[in-house]
Amino acid sequence: MSAALPVTIIGGYLGSGKTTLINHLLRHANGVRLAVLINDFGELPIDAELIEGQEGNVISLSGGCICCSYGDDLSYALQQLLEQESLPDHIFIEASGVALPGAIGKSLSLLRAFKLEGIVVLADATSIETSSTAKYIGDTIARQLSDADLIVLNKLDLLSNLQLEAVRGWMEAHYTHSPWVDSVFSTIDPEVLFEMKRDINLHASASASASAVQCIKSDTTATSHHHEVASLFKSIRLDINKAIDADTLAAQLADKRCGLVRAKGFVLHADKSLKTIQVVGRRWSVTDAPDGVSTGLVCIATDGNLSEARVRAFCGLDKLGPA
Amino acid sequence: MTTIYSAKKIITMNPTRPTVSHVAVRDGRIVGAGSLTELAGFGDYTLDERFTDKVLMPGLVEGHCHTVEGKWWRYVYCGFHDRMDPHGKVWSGLASIDQVIERLMEQEVTLVDPAEPLTGWAIDPIYYSDRKITRQQLDRVSTTRPIGIMHASGHIMSVNSKALEMADYLRTGIEHEGVPLGDDGLPTGELKGPDVMRPVGQKAGFSDNMLEFDEPGLIDFARLCVRAGVTTATDLAAELSEATVDMGIRVTDADNFPVRIMSLRFHHGVTPNELIEHVKILREQSTDRFRLGKIKVVADGSIQGFSARMNWPGYFNGAPNGLWYIAPEQMLAIYEMALEFDIQVHTHTNGDEATDLVLETLEAALKKHPTNHHRFTIQHGQLINGAQYRRLAKLNMCVNHFANHHFYWGDEHYNLTVGPERAERMNACRTALDNGVPLAIHSDAPITPLSPLFTAWCAVNRITSSGRVQGEHEKITVDEALYAITLGAAYTLDLDREIGSIEAGKHADFAVLEDDPTAVAADKLKDVSVWGTVQAGRVFSASDI
Repeated sequence: MSAALPVTIIGGYLGSGKTTLINHLLRHANGVRLAVLINDFGELPIDAELIEGQEGNVISLSGGCICCSYGDDLSYALQQLLEQESLPDHIFIEASGVALPGAIGKSLSLLRAFKLEGIVVLADATSIETSSTAKYIGDTIARQLSDADLIVLNKLDLLSNLQLEAVRGWMEAHYTHSPWVDSVFSTIDPEVLFEMKRDINLHASASASASAVQCIKSDTTATSHHHEVASLFKSIRLDINKAIDADTLAAQLADKRCGLVRAKGFVLHADKSLKTIQVVGRRWSVTDAPDGVSTGLVCIATDGNLSEARVRAFCGLDKLGPA
Repeated sequence: MTTIYSAKKIITMNPTRPTVSHVAVRDGRIVGAGSLTELAGFGDYTLDERFTDKVLMPGLVEGHCHTVEGKWWRYVYCGFHDRMDPHGKVWSGLASIDQVIERLMEQEVTLVDPAEPLTGWAIDPIYYSDRKITRQQLDRVSTTRPIGIMHASGHIMSVNSKALEMADYLRTGIEHEGVPLGDDGLPTGELKGPDVMRPVGQKAGFSDNMLEFDEPGLIDFARLCVRAGVTTATDLAAELSEATVDMGIRVTDADNFPVRIMSLRFHHGVTPNELIEHVKILREQSTDRFRLGKIKVVADGSIQGFSARMNWPGYFNGAPNGLWYIAPEQMLAIYEMALEFDIQVHTHTNGDEATDLVLETLEAALKKHPTNHHRFTIQHGQLINGAQYRRLAKLNMCVNHFANHHFYWGDEHYNLTVGPERAERMNACRTALDNGVPLAIHSDAPITPLSPLFTAWCAVNRITSSGRVQGEHEKITVDEALYAITLGAAYTLDLDREIGSIEAGKHADFAVLEDDPTAVAADKLKDVSVWGTVQAGRVFSASDI
């Protein structure tokens, strides 16, 4: 059986920016074959210039990406993906505005051809405080956010500084479990959500990530003069030249207090085997590493002051001593 | 040429002359109802006396069912209660899990291909002592072919080890509340919820689209209608792809197709704008026997699945509140556009919070597009309370209650889901009528059997399957129940100008009965036997359908 396909679920209530995020990811796929499953095609959620053709419920996009509408049968749409001529590199599932992304994740866990990498939930910063306690729908929105491994606090450009401070304080008070990233127009570093096309060798990845951040900067500059409120993403490379307990490390990297939103790479496990560590927000996994990789982790943070030394200190890596 | 039918009694639902002895029919429509002498005034006629010892009623109208029942009869019937199939065979109810296994074994030996799945439906383990059916029990039938049985509620499926294995579920380490595990850490074979059921169901012989009818299924469904005295039936939630619509129009157009089908477009999978645009197109394609152009919205889940949206204090057993299947903004967008373009919307609610949302949303939409002829209908509305009925009445809304639920799951509601007080006022037909809310009652076939007379019996007697009367106060009279399954249901479908009563100008649609439902004891209403139907003047006998 081939390796399970990585899946990221994108949740959030109506108008939180899910479609905009998907467009952003598709625009920055850079040769990575993304498959995007959306609830309905709606009012052309995909940029017209990306579309190459449509057949039934599948739209083909430039660069080998596809977009499928799944209506109310997600498992069937996932099955269809497996029957495609070539498999996608990464799958994004856009949950409907009232769906609980955690429940989708649970169902996904039943299908071994797929592996859930993370649940990303967007929150409209202009309304989240009121909408999460709103009549009828409040508990659904609150449950969506509780399901998140990583929250994208979106539309920050629409807030005054005072409001910005208030909503950040509110988030701190209410959503302590998962990290969040600040965003404008659903823009975040694509590397946070999927792996850039590159050699399995990690050195190439740092530069890929840097260019991705660069393109975000140019995007936000073009579309908004409030780009300073959006997160700037910083890549940190972590080399650990000693065998460690991979599970412990992965859990530490996924701890909100560590300050990371994403980590991916390979470590030498205590039993001397090579392991892949995968972290999206608070969710982490450790699996056997593929052949031919060398150790090293790329971590992404939104705090510009976060240094390799601080991550090492939080994870207790300094205590390991020299290799 | 006019045909005048004589009958022992004709119940017309026309208050001017509630019962008559003759009805005159020409070109599929009713010329008049009265005495032979009166009707002779219309001119030449042929007297048809085949119904002289029968009782005629307006053709029964099933306002909430799914034509897919015809397709499900190709699976093995595993229900607890006796049920008649499209060909008139009565499948005896199965009193124990052993009897279920026995029936499956009987069917298993008829399958030639060793890989062919064995597919069953309508099992309801709440009636069995251990309340569960396991994969090990189904393995007694076969360990080599996949077996899947859909539960009566439609929310749970039981499968054998082979089906689990084929879907790659037969392993340890599964963590999902919809997949209970046994002591061995492996799934027990019980699967709860559509997301969990689908991947295994496909291996066990269930088609991809459980709700979409196919051609032989539609024809078999029509046979069930004739047996139940039904001349107009809904197909309450369909995607209505172009191919399905073409097929539906073609199949129902056949001279011997005995029932008028009204198929409603389901809101899922498309945006409100796309939905409205699709329904506008569908409306133009509508034919006499395949009616299109209405919308079905689903607001929440089910009460017994604990997915209905409940107001405080919520579920009796403390389960968390259920799920929304539509966002309030989308519901508002659909309602506003539907009112603007004169499209009728039927909305499924089960929990009382979902009903509140519908009421609030329609009130807002009506402010934008005021009309008093919209006939928006709440489907199920099982927990509607007094205040909500008063608001329904004010908004000119209709309700179609799931009366059969009392009999099949009333005890579950009493003991587990909503508790005694609210269970006694579930599907509160009396309060609906007392508040002037137009009322229909339904079976939701294939969830419960298609039989409006049985549904009427449920609403009149409110007896649960354990034999208790649940909610004496909410009983309605036989006359009210018979109205609900004819003119009442026709009203909710905006068809009362055409059908629902036997009076001049309407379609010649009759239910032909062996007994008089108004003369038998109220608790025998379900036992009134159906000879067949007349639909648009065409006679269909159940015995040779």
